[in-house]
Amino acid sequence: MVDSHISADGLRRPSAAAVLAAAFLAFAWLGTSVAVAAEAEHAEAHGEAEHVDWQAWKAGNQIRDKASLQRGAANFANYCASCHSLKYLRYERMAKDLQISEELLRKNLLPAGAKPTDYMMAHLASADGEAWFGRAPPDLSLITRSKGSDYVYQFLKGFYVDDSRPTLTNNLALPGAAMPAVLSDLEGVKAAVFSTGGESGHGGGLRVERFEQVAPGALTAAQYDSFVRDTVNYLDYAGEPSQIERSELGIWVLLFLLVFTGLTWMLKKEYWRDVH
Amino acid sequence: MGGHSDASLPVRTGFLGWLNKRLPVDSFVKNQLTDYYAPKNFNIWYFFGSLALFVLVMQLVSGIFLTMHYKVGEATAFDSVEYIMREVPYGWLLRYLHSTGASAFFIVVYLHMFRAMLYGSYKAPRELLWLFGMVIYLALMAEAFMGYVLPWGNMSFWGAQVIVNLFGTIPVIGPGLVEWIRGDYGIADATLNRFFSLHVVAVPLILLLMVMLHLVALHETGSNNPDGIEINDNKGKDGKPLDGIPFHPYYTVKDIFGVGVFLTAFCFVVFFMPTFGGIFLEKPNFEMANAMSTPEHIAPVWYFTPFYAILRAVPDQQLGALAMALSILCLVVLPWLDRSPVRSTRYRGWIWKLALTLFVVSFVSLGYLGLEPPSPLYTLLARIFSVIYFSFFVFMPLYTKLDPVKPLPARVSYDHG
Amino acid sequence: MVYDAAVFRHEPISMSDPSGAALHGSPPSTEAVDTSRRGFLVQATGAAGALGAAFAAVPFLASWSPSERARAMGAPVELDVSKIEPGQMVTLTWRKQAIYVVHRTPEMVSGLPGHDGQLKDPASKASEQPAYATNAKRTVRDDFLVVVGNCTHLGCLPKARFEQAQPELGADWPGGFFCPCHGSRFDLAGRVFQGSPASVNLRIPPYSFSSDSLLVIGKDDTAQGAA
Repeated sequence: MVDSHISADGLRRPSAAAVLAAAFLAFAWLGTSVAVAAEAEHAEAHGEAEHVDWQAWKAGNQIRDKASLQRGAANFANYCASCHSLKYLRYERMAKDLQISEELLRKNLLPAGAKPTDYMMAHLASADGEAWFGRAPPDLSLITRSKGSDYVYQFLKGFYVDDSRPTLTNNLALPGAAMPAVLSDLEGVKAAVFSTGGESGHGGGLRVERFEQVAPGALTAAQYDSFVRDTVNYLDYAGEPSQIERSELGIWVLLFLLVFTGLTWMLKKEYWRDVH
Repeated sequence: MGGHSDASLPVRTGFLGWLNKRLPVDSFVKNQLTDYYAPKNFNIWYFFGSLALFVLVMQLVSGIFLTMHYKVGEATAFDSVEYIMREVPYGWLLRYLHSTGASAFFIVVYLHMFRAMLYGSYKAPRELLWLFGMVIYLALMAEAFMGYVLPWGNMSFWGAQVIVNLFGTIPVIGPGLVEWIRGDYGIADATLNRFFSLHVVAVPLILLLMVMLHLVALHETGSNNPDGIEINDNKGKDGKPLDGIPFHPYYTVKDIFGVGVFLTAFCFVVFFMPTFGGIFLEKPNFEMANAMSTPEHIAPVWYFTPFYAILRAVPDQQLGALAMALSILCLVVLPWLDRSPVRSTRYRGWIWKLALTLFVVSFVSLGYLGLEPPSPLYTLLARIFSVIYFSFFVFMPLYTKLDPVKPLPARVSYDHG
Repeated sequence: MVYDAAVFRHEPISMSDPSGAALHGSPPSTEAVDTSRRGFLVQATGAAGALGAAFAAVPFLASWSPSERARAMGAPVELDVSKIEPGQMVTLTWRKQAIYVVHRTPEMVSGLPGHDGQLKDPASKASEQPAYATNAKRTVRDDFLVVVGNCTHLGCLPKARFEQAQPELGADWPGGFFCPCHGSRFDLAGRVFQGSPASVNLRIPPYSFSSDSLLVIGKDDTAQGAA
């Protein structure tokens, strides 16, 4: 029974809350088991060891890692800001949140002619962007909120050689991307070897057997990976600058509420001693 | 000396005396709180009415403050929401209170409605109470739908497109009606502006009026309770129901505890997971409305998905819209479909318990299916659950009469714990 | 359909126990209530609730403070003063206020003392200006007057009347500002004359010179940022 009461036979039945909680836990366990089993079965069926499971790549954001965010800010300023705006974020706000001094901000991150209170606009006019790339480079303020940080991570690591395209590259996460592989001097240039037969990986994307380095980059694979993670971390911050303040405030709010709820419980118990 | 005189009211002097001669403050407190008796056996299912009122007040306050910064208009709305999130002091908190509050409102209201189904609270003499509640529910759905359009994200736009187009399925007047609702040839600035006015002014006024009527109707009949018997049938020598207790202080104190528990869970979501995995704040809505680009997967917000699943299950556009409308209408006429002589599930038989369980399973499953993109399996499941959903209502007059009910107690059962 | 509970009631109310107290206990008892514990809990919960309400009010009230955008638009404004001719005035906006920048000639500056008796607040004791502008000339540098161009009476923009001895202002008019709304008069240091409806001198905003020719309004030399 779903409600709580003493029935005629004197037994207390589980309360609704207990039943709902048990049901939820049961569903969660069941769901997880099914998912894990399906994944294991899929992996076994397709020879897990050999292919590159790029769709499972995770960005692994650490939003509280200020050093990472600072590196990401520098990466963005040097490699992305010429074409991509962060039009809802002001330089001084970013500097304050990331604990970058005004001096460093002006020296390294502030474009010429911009004031710290300005929004981070792209240097490229959108008309030019459209003419050169076929599509104006989009604003990235909310990219991790609308597409997810894992997607952005997969995108930045997903460029491969493709001679059929005007940019001579293509992207695993965004097939037909208009953006050229602007980070190739850091990452190097790679070719993707796709599995024959055109099997698709889970989620319907292309199935990559392996990558082959065509030209080296200035960074090692590990260094480039760090570079991308820092940049994605920064974009995650740019999507919601207040998220750190939010979780810090939340702890105090919840502590207060636990104390308050405890008091109201005691008050209720005290008055309800009257009721028989 | 005019007005009412009640010997049981305290004799007041000073300001309170002045006030009470001009406004029925003391008699209101007496009649609605300290001398209004409610059954003593309320359980956990009885928290959700006062919680719904709490969430309503919270939505009103957070909404008023959001409106101070929001700029309606297709060119400015999306940017103004980001302005609130980033540049207004605590704007992010105002926003998350309001977005989480909308979902919390529906969780609370669905649990509140389910209580009525568990204990027969919609049965005579409380049918009007149920009807007022259904009007509140419908107004709430309209309010939530219009509110979701206001940020002018891509899901706002396309959700509005789909829902407004549903009205086009009405025969004869459909297409004209759609254009009239939109105020333009597609979802546009005109639509956004009128939804803003309705969401901020008109529907909140309707909600407040209906909630007041709902409470007046409740106080007229008194509350039902988990045993489904009328406490007013057993009065003591003092004329008070033996199984009743004054609302104040017993239920004021209990409801404050309920608010404490609710706020703890609510604030956990607001401060640590406000998007709730993309269910409360959907990912496509972080991109501005784009008439040229549909999101990969259009779904209404979770609280509409059971009805959306029913809509999609029917392979015909007009019939699907009709089925969706009927699925909500079924709830409205519930008091007249239920022919059981007994109110509470506790004293009903196995047929009702099975039916109610199947209803819950199908409602929740339809809700899940409505969130997912369609597939052959999901469509089949949605059809099965839709049939179960409708069967619950359609066959109710029959099976509630056949259901073997148990004898009712004279007095409520109360757990001394 | 009328619901009739009597059909299913199987335990009649006992006539010897009409209140049914023996069946299911008595109605709320008023005996043995620990009023002190109850009172304490009411007060403790009430205090916690009031505290919570006060904390909860903070974000709502704070949301009225100037937003980042308002503060950014109120950021310091720079002006190249080398272009301003002596005796000329330039008006610009800072934080939604008109700011007058006057390039005072040496004659204007020398005419500043000598009419203290006609002023309401010659030493600017009651008026509003940064610490570095409480000198007699009310400026950082003698040759530039920077004032908020809103009359301290009711906010109109005073007009420049720099010429001495103007017909409608009198033969002893040393030069200054005349407010057309209600007739307040100010001298070339923004100090208010007797007989004006305004009671204090024109306000001086925070400002500094970041170089010989660059005036920064809204930024003190000593402070870190905009006031």
